[in-house]
Amino acid sequence: MSKREEEQRRAVFTRRALFLGGVQAAALGLLGVRLHHLQVREGPRYATLSDENRLSARLLAPPRGRILDREGRVVAGNDLNWRAVLTAEQAVDVQATLDTFSRIIPLSDTERARIEREIRRNRRFVPVLVREFLSWEEMAAIELNAPDLPGISVDVGAVRVFPEREHLAHIVGYVAPPAEGETAEDPLLMLPGIRVGRAGIERHHDRVLRGRAGTVQLEVNVVGRVIRELNRQEGVPGADVQISIDAEFQRMVRARCEVGTSAVVLDARNGEVLAMATQPSFDPNSFSSGVSAEQWRQWTRSRETPLINKVTNGLYAPGSTFKMIVALAAFEARVATHGETVFCPGHYDLGDTRFHCHNRHGHGWVDSRTAVKVSCDVYFYEMAKRVGMDRIAAMARRFGLGVPLEIELPGARAGLVPTRAWRQAQGRAWNLGDTIVHGIGQGFYQITPLALATMTARLATGRAVQPHLTRSIGGQPVRGTRAEDWPSLGIPERDLRLMRDAMWAVVNEQGGTARTSRLPPGMGHMAGKTGTTQVRRVSREQRERGFNAASLPREFRPHALFVAYAPHDAPRFAIAVIVEHGLSGSGAAAPLARDILADAIRHFGGQRVAEAPR
Amino acid sequence: MRAERRLLTRDAGAGVLQKLSAIPWSFVLLVGLIAAVGYVALYSAGGGAAEPYAARHALRFAFGLVLMIGIALLDIRVIARLAWLGYAAGIALLAHVLVAGQIGGGAQRWIDLGVLQLQPSELMKILLVVALAAWFHRASHERVGNPLFLIPPLVAVLLPVAMILRQPNLGTALIVLALGGVMFFAAGVRLWKFALVAGTAAIAAPVGYESLHGYQRARIHTFLDPESDPLGAGYNIIQSKIALGSGGIWGKGFLQGTQGHLNFLPEKQTDFIFTMWAEEFGFVGAISLLTLLAGVILFGFLVALHCRHQFGRLVAIGLASNFFLYVFVNVAMVTGTIPVGGVPLPLVSHGGSAMLTVMLGFGVLMSVHVHRDADLGAARD
Repeated sequence: MSKREEEQRRAVFTRRALFLGGVQAAALGLLGVRLHHLQVREGPRYATLSDENRLSARLLAPPRGRILDREGRVVAGNDLNWRAVLTAEQAVDVQATLDTFSRIIPLSDTERARIEREIRRNRRFVPVLVREFLSWEEMAAIELNAPDLPGISVDVGAVRVFPEREHLAHIVGYVAPPAEGETAEDPLLMLPGIRVGRAGIERHHDRVLRGRAGTVQLEVNVVGRVIRELNRQEGVPGADVQISIDAEFQRMVRARCEVGTSAVVLDARNGEVLAMATQPSFDPNSFSSGVSAEQWRQWTRSRETPLINKVTNGLYAPGSTFKMIVALAAFEARVATHGETVFCPGHYDLGDTRFHCHNRHGHGWVDSRTAVKVSCDVYFYEMAKRVGMDRIAAMARRFGLGVPLEIELPGARAGLVPTRAWRQAQGRAWNLGDTIVHGIGQGFYQITPLALATMTARLATGRAVQPHLTRSIGGQPVRGTRAEDWPSLGIPERDLRLMRDAMWAVVNEQGGTARTSRLPPGMGHMAGKTGTTQVRRVSREQRERGFNAASLPREFRPHALFVAYAPHDAPRFAIAVIVEHGLSGSGAAAPLARDILADAIRHFGGQRVAEAPR
Repeated sequence: MRAERRLLTRDAGAGVLQKLSAIPWSFVLLVGLIAAVGYVALYSAGGGAAEPYAARHALRFAFGLVLMIGIALLDIRVIARLAWLGYAAGIALLAHVLVAGQIGGGAQRWIDLGVLQLQPSELMKILLVVALAAWFHRASHERVGNPLFLIPPLVAVLLPVAMILRQPNLGTALIVLALGGVMFFAAGVRLWKFALVAGTAAIAAPVGYESLHGYQRARIHTFLDPESDPLGAGYNIIQSKIALGSGGIWGKGFLQGTQGHLNFLPEKQTDFIFTMWAEEFGFVGAISLLTLLAGVILFGFLVALHCRHQFGRLVAIGLASNFFLYVFVNVAMVTGTIPVGGVPLPLVSHGGSAMLTVMLGFGVLMSVHVHRDADLGAARD
């Protein structure tokens, strides 16, 4: 090859090498531009994405506050609950993980559907409950197979336990998972296994008991494993709520109550509920682990309505227990004086309608004290006629009847004390005959046992005490533990004293309707009032044939009522008892109330019931 | 100049020292710097520890350094004479992994040499450059114009390309093809012939796409729209871009790269080592590393331009372009500029094959530099 050719070849090479070099330099320059674009111009955007990649916020469930009884006994607490949870963002394939899990611990189709629904509903970092209340063996099986179960982890949660079981079910209530719509309200409710109060104190004080969710910011790697904790904000644990019920006393009261019986004992001085018994009951622990459809059906269909607290939701006519209200209304309206007498021939005629007294032979001349003591109907027919329904109703409301009470039990009924306006709103006229019937506590009244107990406490103290259950929240006493916290009813003391004396006579004087139900010796005296309310109207024919309620089928027998307070000279306990179909207040309700009050005096003994919670 | 040449050609004993002094130590330093960057990045990729990546990287580099300098001292004429033998050996190795792969029932690209695994396709790039340089060294500019003269080198390029495609390894096959094109171009093959090939390729491309493996098609598809499959094929690209972008100008700091350390970045010690580095040292670090790598390419071009024989010129430009292709494909890949191809960043990535073959190439490049004035005989007509 000639020198010229060699030169030519070199010249071509040089040209092309420079061209190639230019192309390569341009290509590398392009990469530089690209890097500039990514790292300098778009840098902040990618920095955000990078943070999102590595940061995972998780909620910390605060422990739910406990519910304590007045002695500090735990009546709703937390127990350990070992749960398997699935975090979708950690699972490569949710379905595969669930398949594997099912092989270890079988999951039903409904369970599986629920898990999948919750995974869809929640953000991917939220662990979804797969199975709770794991046994030791199940936990071991999960841990052993952990490598095949990406996304599954075992954590320990809390399960609500109610050591008093059915004894306090209607007061403490129960907890259940939040409904689907509720989870938006509080991020805490997204956590697996979280429970919200569904009834009773659990529901009323749910916010207080629930506490506030903490958050922890975690740095996680690509499979979601936590590398370190960046920032932790502790939540606020739920506060303990102390209630006024004495669990031991509650058990005693319940032991005395049969199916269909309701009894409530208040501290007359401040309205604290010391015991509230309704029969039958249910075990609130069932709700923590989930109530079976069968169990639920049984509870809701039962005629004995175990889920319903009859003390706050049972509606009854007050019967003769209402008579003090009528007398007080008459005194206030100055349509009768204390000593004024009314003649009772055993019946009361209004036009051509005859109203009977429970004593067919009549009580003769009775004044207000005697009328209460012997429960003369005629006296109160007359008083009702004189004072009128509206003033009776106004007086009843002042005693807590037919108005909402401040009891911390959601769903508690206000009841009803009828007025003329109320009847007219129904498009019906209020007749004088209606007034007369309502004078002895019969008719349209819908009164709860709790309202009757409230009435009794107010009669005993003259103060507008409200029945309530909360003694303290998070150790802070709530208002209303002292008698002075409650305003006076504004009823003249001499009127009240007369009624208390009459109620004392009911139990402690010869001829009183509850004469057989005095407190045992050494326990002082109780004052009370019997009531018997017809479930079915008694026809004249039956009355003339010599009506005997005891011969009726059980569901038609009258309800037995009794209200009382004790001790008479320094009222501490107020009680209302309703024995459904118990035949008579003096026969069924008064002895029961007596026994319960005796229990109360024995149980609380010298202890000052109203002392501030510790 | 004359004395040096005499020493080089006639006095082998005294030549070693002489050659050692002729070795471009600044280039060796440059290569060492890049390897040091690799050490730092791999130290970080190892979670702030020399094991399992950085220490072995250093060891391999030391081995590669000896190999590189040893080859640099080798007479260029020996290399030229062994060119086709080397090529044949390379083909044999490729055939070996193909057969072994078929027996093994899967893609096999490696030959296990105990201390390191050798990827014959990497070695083939160097061997092909040398072989093609040897072929074109003999050709005058007129003769390069003769289509018949171009058939043997064309076959020499297409044979390994086909074999690598069979592995299957699309990325490497394309790089080998591109490398062959660079050699043909530098050798002076007429431009219209390139135009012809390019035109044919444009027509054949759809047919070729049909014959691609599903995963290869997925890669091309994902490249076009990576966000379409953020948890699947596009995941690597997206995460790499996030890592690069979040590095910003100055980076997150040594060992502070969250994307890498939290394993969001896949294959961070191999294909995505550049990302690892750029996340922790930012745009400044990325450009610095790119500059060092460009320096190696520039050195190759300077050697080519200063060489007095066509063989050396072609070898130098081929090796420089080989290194360029590595760098470009890798960085373009991690920045989401071209599809992911499984191409490492030589001297920086963990893995022996690329580093050793690249350093082997650098040895040859330095040999060209040392022997730039050697007389390899003229081309025949």
